[in-house]
Amino acid sequence: MIPFRIHSGRVALLDRANVDTDQIVPKQFLKRIERTGFGAFLFHDWRYLPDGEPNPSFSLNHPRYRGASILVTGKNFGCGSSREHAPWALVDFGFRAIIAPSFADIFANNCLKNGLLPVVLGDTQVAKLGARARENEDYEVTVNLEECTVTDSQGFSSVFAIEEFQRQCLLDGLDDIGLTLHLEAEIAAYEIKRPAWIR
Amino acid sequence: MPSTLFEKLWNAHVVHEQAGQPSLLYIDLHLLHEVTSPQAFAGLRAAARGVRRPNLTFATADHNVPTTNRALPIADPIAAIQIETLAQNCREFNIQLFDFNSAEQGIVHVIGPELGLTQPGMTVVCGDSHTSTHGHGAFGALAFGIGTTEVEHVLATQCVPQNKPRTMLIQTKGHLPEGVSAKDLALGIIGQIGTDGATGHVIEYAGEAVCSLSMEGRMTLCNMSIEAGARAGMVAPDDQTFHYLQGRPFAPSGAERDAALAYWQTFKTDPGAAFDQVVEIDAATLEPFVTWGTSPGMVVPISGNVPDPRAGRTAAERGSTERALEYMALAPHTSIENISIDRVFIGSCTNARLEDLRAAARVVNGYRISRSVKAMVVPGSQNVKRAAEAEGIDQVFREAGFEWREPGCSMCLGMKPDILKAGERCASTSNRNFEGRQGRGGRTHLVSPMMAAAAAISGHFTDVRKWEFKE
Repeated sequence: MIPFRIHSGRVALLDRANVDTDQIVPKQFLKRIERTGFGAFLFHDWRYLPDGEPNPSFSLNHPRYRGASILVTGKNFGCGSSREHAPWALVDFGFRAIIAPSFADIFANNCLKNGLLPVVLGDTQVAKLGARARENEDYEVTVNLEECTVTDSQGFSSVFAIEEFQRQCLLDGLDDIGLTLHLEAEIAAYEIKRPAWIR
Repeated sequence: MPSTLFEKLWNAHVVHEQAGQPSLLYIDLHLLHEVTSPQAFAGLRAAARGVRRPNLTFATADHNVPTTNRALPIADPIAAIQIETLAQNCREFNIQLFDFNSAEQGIVHVIGPELGLTQPGMTVVCGDSHTSTHGHGAFGALAFGIGTTEVEHVLATQCVPQNKPRTMLIQTKGHLPEGVSAKDLALGIIGQIGTDGATGHVIEYAGEAVCSLSMEGRMTLCNMSIEAGARAGMVAPDDQTFHYLQGRPFAPSGAERDAALAYWQTFKTDPGAAFDQVVEIDAATLEPFVTWGTSPGMVVPISGNVPDPRAGRTAAERGSTERALEYMALAPHTSIENISIDRVFIGSCTNARLEDLRAAARVVNGYRISRSVKAMVVPGSQNVKRAAEAEGIDQVFREAGFEWREPGCSMCLGMKPDILKAGERCASTSNRNFEGRQGRGGRTHLVSPMMAAAAAISGHFTDVRKWEFKE
């Protein structure tokens, strides 16, 4: 996993609540057996018109958001299907962090496994970042996981909370399967105690 | 100290705990399907890791399988590669696969309980958000959906690190009225608490209305937990649960069953145990529900109307209602019964078990579907399909003009070719009415199997409580 420490980048605003993973990667792209290349399908049915041309009214197609690496969006982002294709697509597209008032559980978990940082801020702070992204060309923020802060050059500064273990895994880019494998003796001891009929 | 069912399940599976870290949970049953597993196996290979417990791991192909004639080759080459990849991975890692030609094939959440794989007191995971179905929760199991990296984690270690969720009790009062099903109870709950009402929580469903549901009804209820944002949903096991499990291929038998029964009976919430949240639902006042928007929380009773965005409490709510109505092409204040439909889909891990098909067939019996409607039934598994055919249910549907298909996820997630065309409106027994879920531009209304059947015949939504059954 790519470590996440401090990242500064352009902000894109997707001003919608309850964006589900079916919108992030529509199901017609779930037949692939690789983890890579999903960026092309990110928000496909919103990003492209039925004839395949980019949809000019979809915010991520706006020229000012080109090259954005931080997404600011509404509450309950990533609800619905558990497809990890959603964070794969966001990462492949170039996003490193998503800032929202809340995230769906499985989605947030999946992000953390892929070096994509879900940042929970209050409604007012998210609205403020959204307004600045809308009003300023080239609006950038810095997400600092060492200090758990989001800041910009206009004086915005906010602290966010994240589980310490997850923070460490992201800072170090740790593979947590490796960590679990170190607990082999405990797993084996547990297995001996399991009920006979499910062994 | 008195504990909840969830706490008992959790404590029984903690392998390792350390302050400031997620707990490491042991997984008793790991179910795989073709869409979310290939990248996990690729990860194992890349790291030269094996599958720790192939005998606790089972796979089936459901999401991408065609629901038409199985004797023909799979028309979509990319889907065919994915299904073949699952078969290769299962062969290589020695995992039992209920392949798409097998007599046990079906939707992963239908076959788990059906084969007796899902049992009380177990932890069950699957790379699929509807794992809560298994109602695996319905058996008093802790069952939750995971992402592909976690699938890889469970394959390699049979464990998964998890932060302990909070608990929510949904306490029902009274019994569901005639014509109001488990699906309506689920939709009613989501309508009340919202699609993120249970985020971070595990729900336990309790009370008269839940206890009196059949096992299949409980599965439907637990299945929809994810649509309220919950990590899992569960019902304490009881005599009905134990009876259901008797004689199932993977359930314990003989002396082992006696030991299992004693163990299973310990999985219930102690009197006085505390939950982080308690929600009360008056089941006796519920009606059949129909969703009008693009999220399962956008739901009203059949006697209701499409809402007016101006009635929204916040600007965000008004905006999302407006957007949903635009997508759904519905005008505010339209009576739900006046909404005409083009398609009907009876199927999915929510509502494709024998009881669902029986309930729908009872409504359909003696009628023909509306001339303007195309309708299909997709049984949840080969076992369900055979049992339904033995009862003549397939004939009831066929004679009424429904298509009778092979088992799979089909139009629930609209993998080709079972999709809606742009602008088509569908009464669907599935679980998600997201934009484009059943096909780009398609409009989905979630309903119970009986309500879907009645809509197929009437050509519009209709209150199944007033239905004239032709027995």
